[in-house]
Amino acid sequence: MNLNLHVWRQSGPQDKGRMEQIQATGISADMSFLEMLDKVNEDLIAAGQEPIAFDHDCREGICGTCSLMINGVAHGPDGATTTCQLHMRSFQDGDAIYMEPWRARAFPVIRDLMVDRSSFDRIVEAGGYVSVNAGAAPDAHANLIPKAEADLAMDAAACIGCGACVASCPNGSAMLFVAAKIGHLAHLPQGQPERARRARAMVAQMDVEGFGACSNHFECEAVCPKEIPVRFIAEMNRDFLKASLCGQE
Amino acid sequence: MNLDSKIPEGPLQEKWTKHRFDMKLVNPANKRKYRIIVVGSGLAGGAAAATLGELGYNVDCFCFQDSARRAHSIAAQGGINAAKNYPNDGDSIWRLFYDTVKGGDYRSREANVYRLAEVANQIIDQCVAQGVPFAREYGGLLDNRSFGGAQVSRTFYARGQTGQQLLIGAYQSLARQVNQGSVTMHPRTEMLDVVKVDGHARGIITRDVVTGEIQRHAADAVLLCTGGYGNVFYLSTNAMGCNVTAALKAYRQGAGFANPCFTQIHPTCIPVSSEHQSKLTLMSESLRNDGRVWVPKKKGDQRPASQIPEDERDYYLERRYPSFGNLAPRDVSSRAAKERCDAGYGVGNTGLAVYLDFADAIQRVGKDVVEARYGNLFQMYHKITAEDPYQVPMRIYPAVHYTMGGLWVDYELQTTVPGLFALGECNFSDHGANRLGASALMQGLADGYFIAPYTVGNYLAQHASLSAAGKACVDDAAFAETEAAVRDRIGRLMGVGGKQSVESFHKRLGKIMWDHCGMARNDAGLRSAIEEIPKLREEFWQDVRVPGSIEGCNPEIDKAGRVADFLEFGELMCRDALHRTESCGGHFREESQTDEGEALRDDDQFSFASVWEYQGEGVEPALHQEDLAFDNVKLATRSYK
Repeated sequence: MNLNLHVWRQSGPQDKGRMEQIQATGISADMSFLEMLDKVNEDLIAAGQEPIAFDHDCREGICGTCSLMINGVAHGPDGATTTCQLHMRSFQDGDAIYMEPWRARAFPVIRDLMVDRSSFDRIVEAGGYVSVNAGAAPDAHANLIPKAEADLAMDAAACIGCGACVASCPNGSAMLFVAAKIGHLAHLPQGQPERARRARAMVAQMDVEGFGACSNHFECEAVCPKEIPVRFIAEMNRDFLKASLCGQE
Repeated sequence: MNLDSKIPEGPLQEKWTKHRFDMKLVNPANKRKYRIIVVGSGLAGGAAAATLGELGYNVDCFCFQDSARRAHSIAAQGGINAAKNYPNDGDSIWRLFYDTVKGGDYRSREANVYRLAEVANQIIDQCVAQGVPFAREYGGLLDNRSFGGAQVSRTFYARGQTGQQLLIGAYQSLARQVNQGSVTMHPRTEMLDVVKVDGHARGIITRDVVTGEIQRHAADAVLLCTGGYGNVFYLSTNAMGCNVTAALKAYRQGAGFANPCFTQIHPTCIPVSSEHQSKLTLMSESLRNDGRVWVPKKKGDQRPASQIPEDERDYYLERRYPSFGNLAPRDVSSRAAKERCDAGYGVGNTGLAVYLDFADAIQRVGKDVVEARYGNLFQMYHKITAEDPYQVPMRIYPAVHYTMGGLWVDYELQTTVPGLFALGECNFSDHGANRLGASALMQGLADGYFIAPYTVGNYLAQHASLSAAGKACVDDAAFAETEAAVRDRIGRLMGVGGKQSVESFHKRLGKIMWDHCGMARNDAGLRSAIEEIPKLREEFWQDVRVPGSIEGCNPEIDKAGRVADFLEFGELMCRDALHRTESCGGHFREESQTDEGEALRDDDQFSFASVWEYQGEGVEPALHQEDLAFDNVKLATRSYK
């Protein structure tokens, strides 16, 4: 099939950027979306032009590197998936496809479709961990964890940190990402000693990074490739409130 | 080349304890005077950087990804082994050790493997304490499952995302150290060379892939945790960015490279569908717990799977290996699939696929249970192929997955370059000629949390005197020289100005490697590859086109450098494969097989690790041997029948 691509091109952080039309030809339905971009890039290189820069790595939907707003939807039209797992059979010959980078104040564009998501790392560094040194752990069976709780922790821990939640939120809020991290550890006994501190520190860092607040649009849940539910945001709000009311530790 | 493995004296079970006592310590107050470079932030690198930070060292950790959390360890699905014996089915440290040596087809080092089995239980404790949400039973205890190559259930798992969860555990620990100021992360930074001062590794040269800036970093020791080189085949289950660059640079700086031809072809991957395929997707080996592998009994049978009656199906793994059945190890299962497809029994459009069928499991335990066990894998398969594996059997075929070969290291994980260490998949020591499932995560974390933190200290205490600590200086002439060489090479890549894309060369190299150094290898094929690869390399340097500018962000430069390195490395792999005329593990030489088509080892001639030493540009590398002694394991023909 042939496609009419409209791609965001921006040579660097200082460039204003613009949409550019590019024709994609000879695309087959069993290609992944990124393989389609590979093909377009090969054609651009052959024509002496610069290829489109985009982030990608594992191409099996787990590393969270790939991004892209595709026709205005984070990770494209197919639900519960990442861009690398989206296949061209979701499109038809002659379709126009608009591709833009994640847009949020806290995710500055590096080049074309690549953005800087290091703000996520800094939020985790603020407190998204259990303070245990290597070698200091008790036996793995020292704590019994009810299966339902362990499963909830795993539901939250499935987050791949891609940033689709932020990109799709009208407020550019990172609440679902932060709530997933906090929820993962809050549902485990190992996460209890630092629970209040963690909620306060991570939420504070989120604000410092320039992410917006949540006003319950739930766009984040709709595009999350790992289907992380917004209930974790409610839980985080409770943890944060409790931590704020109960003093320093 | 000095290949002193430094294996401690004494009985196997006491070696690590004894060695820990014999190693020199660094006083806690002095640790902060040292700086250590860790390249890579996967399970080995992330764990090592975090642990060294916890101990008080200053650590600089580098990764080419945009975040430490995205290293390719994240894609491991199935699980991690440990000999906890929670299921009470007869497991022990000794059995884990024995299975791993046997699984590696007796080409690994006993002492290293025993130590791996010994620290495995501690890894599980550590991960649970970090908050890794392993699967649990209703009683709140940890669940275990079976994996290929073992008859006990010793694999801990977190749905089909074990690698992700373990990596997040290590990443959290790393984040804590970043917060405390002991670790500095350098994401989107690619290491391009090792710098040696007076024969010791004292730093690296990097390129910031966002700004294009070439930088020098000095330290008292350098740890390479840069993963495997499966992408030399172009198509593999590795992430797109996985590369051999760091390991190859170390080799060119004098580090021996061991067993480069030992690559693992994983039996259960989604088959290649078209020319445009950029990578292959693994379907976890754990699926073989419940899935049954089969092909039609009739050649070229075009009927849909559902219309092929039971008695016309050939469950060839159950037929050939009744005691292990569908849980036969990876190398054995892969070859069995290839054998059936080559003989004309393959299924799907290309005939290069076999069925992995869950109909029996769904009938036995119900769709819900199957979904709970493998839900995300089934979903992934559905997305990629547009076929629902709850309704029709999966189609699978083997694909390049892991590389057992790597930088030669001694018992302390130190390469032949003093001060240069290699951890995880980047080294060669623990998996012999074939890695068992759920052992890669175990090894990466063992090296990172519990081995390197001790052995690096031992090196520092002996070879980096405190007066010199922190003095390894980026103004040293060695840094200037190495940096100049790095700049020169990038300049040459950009300057070729040819017609063919980097990608097209990578694909052509991949085809040569897959055809001649893939699942089956023979003398004539390897010789022709050794002739073809240098020609392709020459063509690359004369006709490659690297678009864009040398300044700023240019992913094509990164890719060009990596492919140039693969073009060198591929030749070394073929040389190694040509020299080893026996079959063992994942290395199958067609000349060396039994009447039944099983791999035939030659212990008299090849009971050693092949270690290659770089001799200069265009010169054949020198081969050295580290003889492998088996005092505790009885060498036997590996049988899974």
